[in-house]
Amino acid sequence: MLGCPQVPVQTSVALYLINRLRKSGFVPVVAGNKAANTLLVIADPDRHYLGEVMDLDRAVTMITEKKRDFDRCFVFIHNDAGISYAATMGAISKAKIYTLVYGEHYEDLVKNIDFPCTIIAAKAVHNPLPLKKAIDEVTPWAA
Amino acid sequence: MGCVESMNYEILMRGGSFKECREYIMKHFTEYIEVQPGFRIFDIHTIGVPPIAIGLDRDFIIFPYTKPCHGTFLLRIEDTAEAARLRAMKK
Repeated sequence: MLGCPQVPVQTSVALYLINRLRKSGFVPVVAGNKAANTLLVIADPDRHYLGEVMDLDRAVTMITEKKRDFDRCFVFIHNDAGISYAATMGAISKAKIYTLVYGEHYEDLVKNIDFPCTIIAAKAVHNPLPLKKAIDEVTPWAA
Repeated sequence: MGCVESMNYEILMRGGSFKECREYIMKHFTEYIEVQPGFRIFDIHTIGVPPIAIGLDRDFIIFPYTKPCHGTFLLRIEDTAEAARLRAMKK
């Protein structure tokens, strides 16, 4: 579940995570707004990494109405809205929730996460490596 | 935004946090209900950290509306039927 794409690392880390999940046998589905989704689709024109891509609001509607659900949900967070979406997923979905928190103010955001989830956090804005490293330490693609 | 965008809405707060929106509703409206994320208002499913406060003021509904890039807006929309539906939930 993608947030606003204004922080550059999101697209790069999303593709990385999709690849790792795919290699572990998961079928990743991306949900984001138009801009966030388009950044991914343009970056992967032959769909080597991407599979299904859906609108964020549509995903929330389908999960709320019990028409769709997932085993794991990774929510990209770099602002308050991201926390709201992650908390919503925690309430409407049976998925295990992972919050990927990044950006300049990632520590303040982490303090506001008080619902059950696995927090993966790093001060990553332009350079995705700190967040990649934090993800690798958690290995969320492990069974 | 679906049908909410085509409705006659007033923005009471722009770019606030979910906490600020909840506190605003609880401070400024004596009548409100608390719902879980995903609860439907008009044609949208509410986004937020539970419990989400929804204010009622006569036929006006005051509720948070979250967009990924712009944060949470606190909207005020007049709708007699929807206000009655929400009010009935309190009983």
